[in-house]
Order: sequence, then C-alpha cells, then structure tokens
Amino acid sequence: MIPSTFTYQKVNSVEEAIKALSSADSKLLAGGHSLIPTMKLRLSQPSKLVDIGSIAGLRGIKEAGAEIIIGAVSTHQEIASNKIIQSKLPVVAQGAASIGDVQVRNKGTIGGSLAHADPAADWAAVILALDATLAVQGSKGSRKVKATDFFKGMFTTALQEGEIITAIHIPVAAGSKSAYVKFPQPASRFAIVGCAVVKNGEGKINIAYTGVSSCPFRDSGAEKVLAGKKLDAGTIQAASNAAVEGMSILEDHYASEKYRKHLAKVYLKRALSAIA
Amino acid sequence: MNVKINMKVNGTSYSHEVEPRTLLVHYLRDTLRLTGTHIGCDTSGCGACTIHLDGKAVKSCTLLAVQADGHELTTIEGLSSNGTLHPIQEGFNQEHGLQCGFCTPGMIMTALDLLHNNPKPTEEEIRHALEGNICRCTGYHNIVKSIQYAAKKM
Repeated sequence: MIPSTFTYQKVNSVEEAIKALSSADSKLLAGGHSLIPTMKLRLSQPSKLVDIGSIAGLRGIKEAGAEIIIGAVSTHQEIASNKIIQSKLPVVAQGAASIGDVQVRNKGTIGGSLAHADPAADWAAVILALDATLAVQGSKGSRKVKATDFFKGMFTTALQEGEIITAIHIPVAAGSKSAYVKFPQPASRFAIVGCAVVKNGEGKINIAYTGVSSCPFRDSGAEKVLAGKKLDAGTIQAASNAAVEGMSILEDHYASEKYRKHLAKVYLKRALSAIA
Repeated sequence: MNVKINMKVNGTSYSHEVEPRTLLVHYLRDTLRLTGTHIGCDTSGCGACTIHLDGKAVKSCTLLAVQADGHELTTIEGLSSNGTLHPIQEGFNQEHGLQCGFCTPGMIMTALDLLHNNPKPTEEEIRHALEGNICRCTGYHNIVKSIQYAAKKM
C-alpha cells in the first residue's frame, strides 16, 4: 500500500511550520504513526506534508515549577522511560508504555496522537484525568487549551486550521497518586476500554475514559460519587456502579455495548484499587 | 517533486533521490536491494519490517524514506560481522527459533532493541517485548529460548 502523491517540506522551527501549513490541504508529520497508516489506506490524501519531527524545541521533558512540560514531538518511549515522569506522574508512564508496541512507541509522538484524536487512543484518558493543558501555536499567535476542552468528537479536536500543538503542560501535584489501566484490542493494542484515575492536589479523584464512547470523556457521575469520600471497597464499588451511566457507548465486532459497559466498570474498580 | 536523502545503512553511506511517498521499507528493499527486511501485514501490526533507526527498533513500513534522511539505520544484513553470526542470530539457529523464517529478521531486530535496554530480561519481559512481532508458525516458545540464549552470550 502506497500513499497518493504529495509534496514534502522539512521545517526547523514552529514559525516555519505554521507558514508552510498555510497552503490548502497540508498536514503535519511528526512520527507519522497515526498519519502514515491512514495515508497508505488512502483514507487521508494530503497534498503536502510538513515534517516537524526534527524541530529540537518540540522535543523533551522538563520540570518547570509546579508543572511538567512534555514537548509535542516527544515519543511515547521517551516519555515512558523518563525518570521524572516515572516518579512524579506514574499514570503518564503507564499510559505511554501501554501504547502499541515498542516499535510504535519508538516513533509515535504524544502531540501526533492527541491531534489525530482516535477515540480509543490512550493519551486522551491520561491527559483528561490529569487536567493537563495543551500549548498550541498558529498564525494568530499562541494559546492554551484545557484537555477537557480539547476533544470534540471522533477524530475531532479544538485545533483550528493551521494550528500546531507545541507542548503538553501537566500539573505535578495532579499525579501523585494515579493509574491507567486498559483492556487492549489484541491486534491493534488500542483501548477497547482505557481508564485513567488521578488523585489531584486537593484530594479530588478525577476519572477519565477512552475507547468507551465516540469521544474520550471525564466521568463526572462517578467522580461525584467519590467527592469527599475515602477510597475503600464500598466507595470503589459505588463509583463503579455509577461509571459510564448515561453515556452513549461504542459497539463493534470486538465488544458489544453491554460488554464494553461492563469492562468500563471493572476497569474503574481496578484503577481505583491501584491508588487506594 | 523528488527529494534528495542521505543516510547510513549498516555502516555504508547512501544518497538517492526519492519520491516523498516512498516507504522506507521499499527504499531498503527495492533501491538498496536489502531484502532481508520483510513486508508482512503492511499495516504496522506484524513487525516483519522492523529495522533500527538510530539504534531503536521501528517499523519501516510505517515510515517514509524521507523521514530517515540524515539518520543511521541497521537492518538484519548489518548484524553479522565477517561471516560470524550475531549472538541473537546464533540463538535462533541453535534453539530452532524459526520455521518458515518470514518473521525472523523482525524478531531479531526487536530482540536486539530489548537486549540493548535490558541485557538480562525475564521470560515475561521477552514475551512482552515481542508484542509487536507476529509469528504465524506459532513458534514463539523457541523464539523466546533463542533470545534467552543470546542474552547469556552477549
């Protein structure tokens, strides 16, 4: 399978990338592990690819005050193996390490995965539960988008035409106690159900799901059940009972709506037990 | 419009003009004639096309050749030296780690990535590391033994 023809431009700065994106029907290329498979299937046929994969300023993980900043073209493997991430944001390391396989993690990037917004992508649940913020840059300047405002639907985000995700900002206090668990599709390793839980700085428990619905989401119903409560067998069961109620649940030939709903409840129990 | 690319593959420098849509696996197999890297599923699932890009295992069917411009690559052809098999290749030989052999180059390149990062893996860690490589002869058991053999030797 070979993609249809396109022109290729490698850029060395975000400014250059934004300029290069201004022509119609251009797409950004970083690791290419979401984009190239869709281009090989000709589901996506951009006329131009702008390669931001080697912009040094977009790569790397650093701690700045109360937050950890992950450059958008950092690979899943770089994030999973980073010592700061492993000790301070275990949910991020667990999420990154559960993506695809090692070859995919060595090349795929966090920014690329978020911009692609596959409804079963692991990163979505992780950054939603952490109340992360995305730094975004476009021709009209820079802005910050809360993770909770970012995902708009299947393969749809709050990114405007020509905008680039430059970094993901995560409050450090958010992840002191956190976990990501998932039931992977056995071939693709995408989440049939992925559940991230985070005890944030104020002791509130955030719960986020991917793979369950057409858009990843925070489960405010289950969060409410846990508000002000200590995690124990009883409260975990109560949260699990409330989980994903009222949501429109995906159904495919791997998992029926009923089975997926059941899995979502079971995986919340596992995630909460891991941080209790 | 073609793009000029330069890269080092198995220690040799190459320079070619390629169409931007050329997949790295096709560049390796059709232009450089390094046909040890296989195309299995062609959808980044099976791992037969695994090579190393700057020392890390990647799937060459899911990369454009232009993305490898300026980088160093190793393919299965680059592992043996002066006719002496690499310990992982020797392991596959000694432990009967293959039947049809189609998945073997990818298995070996992924195993090399594992042993770089974790020289003494447990059996469970080996099995986990191979999750992106599929063997349809169902020979995983001997593949694991082959990698254990190599880990002891390396």
